[in-house]
Amino acid sequence: MQKITGGKDISGCAVSGILNTNGKKIDGRYIIRSIANMHDRSNGLGGGFAAYGIYPSYKEYYAFHLMFDDSYARERCEEFLDKNFLIEREGDIPTRKTVIQNPPILRRYFVEPREEKLDKSSEDDFVIREVMKINSDIEGSYVLSSGKNMAAFKAVGFPEDVGNFYRLEEYKAETWIAHGRFPTNTPGWWGGAHPFALLDYSIVHNGEISSYGINKRYLEMFGYRCTLLTDTEVMAYLFDLLVRRHKLPMKIACKAFAPPFWDEIDRMPEKEKKVMKTIRTVYGSCLVNGPFSIILGFKNGMLALNDRIKLRPLIAATKKDFLMVSSEEAGIREICKEPDKIWSPKAGEPVIGLIGKGVVEEG
Amino acid sequence: MLSLCKGEFSVERDDDRCIRCLVCVRQCPSDVHKYDEEEDRIYSDESECVGCQRCATLCPTDAITIRYKPMEMKENANWKTYHLTNIYKQAETGGILLTGMGNDKPYPIYWDHILLNASQVTNPSIDPLREPMELRTYLGRKPDLLDIEDGDELILKTEISPQLKLELPVLFSAMSYGSISLNAVKSLERAATIAGTYYNTGEGGLHKDLHKYGKNTIVQCASGRFGVSPDYLNAGAAVEIKIGQGAKPGIGGHLPGEKVLEEISETRMIVEGTDALSPAPHHDIYSIEDLRQLIFALKETIAYEKPVGVKIAAVHNSAAISSGMARAGADFIALDGVRGGTGAAPLVTRDNVGIPIELALASIDQRLREEGIRNNASLIIAGGIRSSSDIIKAIALGADAVYIGTAALVALGCHLCQKCYTGKCAWGIATQDPYLTKRLNPEIGTRRLVNLLNAWSNEMKELIGGMGINAIESLRGNRLQLRGVGLTDTEYKILGILPAGE
Amino acid sequence: MRRIYVKEDVCIGCRLCEIYCIVQHSKSKNIIKAFRNEPRPLPGVLVEEKGPISFALQCRHCDDAPCVESCITGAMQRLEDGRIICDIERCVGCWTCIMVCPYGAIRRDQNRKVASKCDLCIGEDIPVCVKNCPNEALTYE
Repeated sequence: MQKITGGKDISGCAVSGILNTNGKKIDGRYIIRSIANMHDRSNGLGGGFAAYGIYPSYKEYYAFHLMFDDSYARERCEEFLDKNFLIEREGDIPTRKTVIQNPPILRRYFVEPREEKLDKSSEDDFVIREVMKINSDIEGSYVLSSGKNMAAFKAVGFPEDVGNFYRLEEYKAETWIAHGRFPTNTPGWWGGAHPFALLDYSIVHNGEISSYGINKRYLEMFGYRCTLLTDTEVMAYLFDLLVRRHKLPMKIACKAFAPPFWDEIDRMPEKEKKVMKTIRTVYGSCLVNGPFSIILGFKNGMLALNDRIKLRPLIAATKKDFLMVSSEEAGIREICKEPDKIWSPKAGEPVIGLIGKGVVEEG
Repeated sequence: MLSLCKGEFSVERDDDRCIRCLVCVRQCPSDVHKYDEEEDRIYSDESECVGCQRCATLCPTDAITIRYKPMEMKENANWKTYHLTNIYKQAETGGILLTGMGNDKPYPIYWDHILLNASQVTNPSIDPLREPMELRTYLGRKPDLLDIEDGDELILKTEISPQLKLELPVLFSAMSYGSISLNAVKSLERAATIAGTYYNTGEGGLHKDLHKYGKNTIVQCASGRFGVSPDYLNAGAAVEIKIGQGAKPGIGGHLPGEKVLEEISETRMIVEGTDALSPAPHHDIYSIEDLRQLIFALKETIAYEKPVGVKIAAVHNSAAISSGMARAGADFIALDGVRGGTGAAPLVTRDNVGIPIELALASIDQRLREEGIRNNASLIIAGGIRSSSDIIKAIALGADAVYIGTAALVALGCHLCQKCYTGKCAWGIATQDPYLTKRLNPEIGTRRLVNLLNAWSNEMKELIGGMGINAIESLRGNRLQLRGVGLTDTEYKILGILPAGE
Repeated sequence: MRRIYVKEDVCIGCRLCEIYCIVQHSKSKNIIKAFRNEPRPLPGVLVEEKGPISFALQCRHCDDAPCVESCITGAMQRLEDGRIICDIERCVGCWTCIMVCPYGAIRRDQNRKVASKCDLCIGEDIPVCVKNCPNEALTYE
């Protein structure tokens, strides 16, 4: 395993996501076809998926997907886990032999924090802290995902091969998101593949964030440690900070990431102007500048967002109770020949689908 | 006593070009040029020449060249002409040597060791001529989080502290009426108003004619408390407590009585003709808790409607002091580096006290972030900002905005002769002599300053657009956009930047 | 008609207005030659000074101009565009105009024995004194 040093990871990419707003579950074959149809947007150096609702029997437990370089790392990490968590169940992550080369040791653990270790912090905060410790302090160990009733599956390879490797056709989920990676300046590394997942959030991302330097330093002020040097990690933490910790409505968080221009704000009605001005003033360091399209998976929903001047592609479509988002229309048409509606979301305006509520923001 | 010091300049007059129009004679405030009617010739007394270039600039036939010509001593790596002439002067006068403007010694200028990034392929650069490019900046305390309720309409439940709105992250530094002329103050005030930024009164109070234009004024409260009254504090858009100044950390100010004419005496609320001496410290601030009291006393006076900031000189432990100020209630911290200018300072202080602003800025920004209090206060830095690229680098290092003083005066015509303290500024800037002050036409001054700000603003937009950034807040503290050349490991560590190539 | 106005609070007394007026009305219009090798015309503008106050004074080109009315030869005349000039071919140097001018803006050219005054720089869009004032103390409006 090679961790990146120095500069941050930059990449082109393909993204895709499917949500059933009634919570109906579908298996992994659809999302694989969708992302595979955009094969040329990836270069074989990373692919991955996140799926929600896949572990209903263990939905009370944090599902840790972990990878280890070697058994020594595994030993050390399991020691650490044992000290801080009660492990309800553990096992290998099921895989099959494919073109995917040199897989690390892939294990999953269903855990709950040890009561005595919590020390006043919430379970979620505790889990985040421990995950960051594993990633930065236990060499050769890396947490792929840590949410409840969800998981991330990722590897070095083309996304369709990664999906096959992880036997995703055997999982059923209400939300699937996928990513095919085209890194330009960093070696392929399993941990560097998307999605990046933290607690229940998982994020796939196409783009390069020019504001990375300040987004990272801003997050550090709130105790986050950006160990991976990827834009995607930063996006995930920003969502975690603004939505989970600061409890901002998701669409407001999106306004912090991709705010309207001052010119527009100046023309808004007084009340709205004040809200937007305050968001930009206070959350200026959260502005995610540079080209991006992202899909965020979370418990009960999915969100897609473009940068404020739409420098990366993003298409959304609905068919009955399905919401699909993708880098290209081809990613949608492959699995849904005739969508009810297909559109290009506006720059900086989120598309949000919620289970039980439908598509609440169309972008 | 015979003076062992010679003039520093030679005046070369091309007699083929000189038409005896006597503009030089009339313009030199040091009486260097004298016309001899008998011989129809102009003689120049070079010993008095300060190198301000006024005569050379106004000469209609380009007949005059002023050349720097220090005494040529035998070469000596230790005993430079600088040291010898200073000793001669002190042996002759027994006094502290005075000077004006900022430190001119060859200490490292880190701006010149920092290079900026630009986007290529993976991330499109943005063309400011075709796309919006935002420099607007708000200065003031920000909360860590907002409470917003989502419903049919958004309800903002957090009321944030007062903010200063800047259309570009540049303000004019504190320069008092007294140290500079009223025309210079008027130029700064009008330019700040047009450009959507602020000028700073310095410790000279606010001239009665300028009270009504207070919305672009930062009023200063310094150790001498000159001109400070509830009216004054309420006239401005913000209040700045001045603890120190980059050109002379640790000492107060001195406006000689000769400059305290009627209007200055009225503005400063002191007796005409008396020296205006501001003490080295504020005698009601001997500790951080005292500072807190003053901050809140001022906030009470202005009913918490405007931000109150604190200005200090960049010194060895600025980071810890800044942390204290941010916790003591300062809404912004102004930090003046070792190259900051002044109207008058002891040479020995100016040339030897303080630290470079780049290092101070980097360490303060980092320290406030480590303590999680960077949102408590905005950071304005000052001290030798020469160009738009210096500003961009400062913002990427972590500043919210910069103060420009010397650059603004240069735009007004200053030629950095460093003789501000004599009160004989040939350009009408640092003088109260009615013969000289009218040389600065505030209408021209305003236009020149606005032009400079527009030019820099356009350049800044080009630079950030090149990085693929379209809002200045995405550059603020974004040190990944910087790379260093020719620095030591320790300097890289303090600046928090990587070497070029990494 | 447009006239030259002075802002005495920013007149710096450099007298560049006078110098450029001389050059403009010289034979060669070359500043060095005009001053050194040619007969030097009188400037049509004169800087008045007292203490720190100074200002440049030139003919006001009055609507109701006593100099034109009193001229015995018709040398002092108003052109179509409103400016007043002195035709030196017709001027006999009686100095009546100088006596009646309320501004003292007309001077004796002793060499040629004719009246000398500002003509607003015939052929120029903006009079040269205005154009060359380094502090914009003169305006033409």
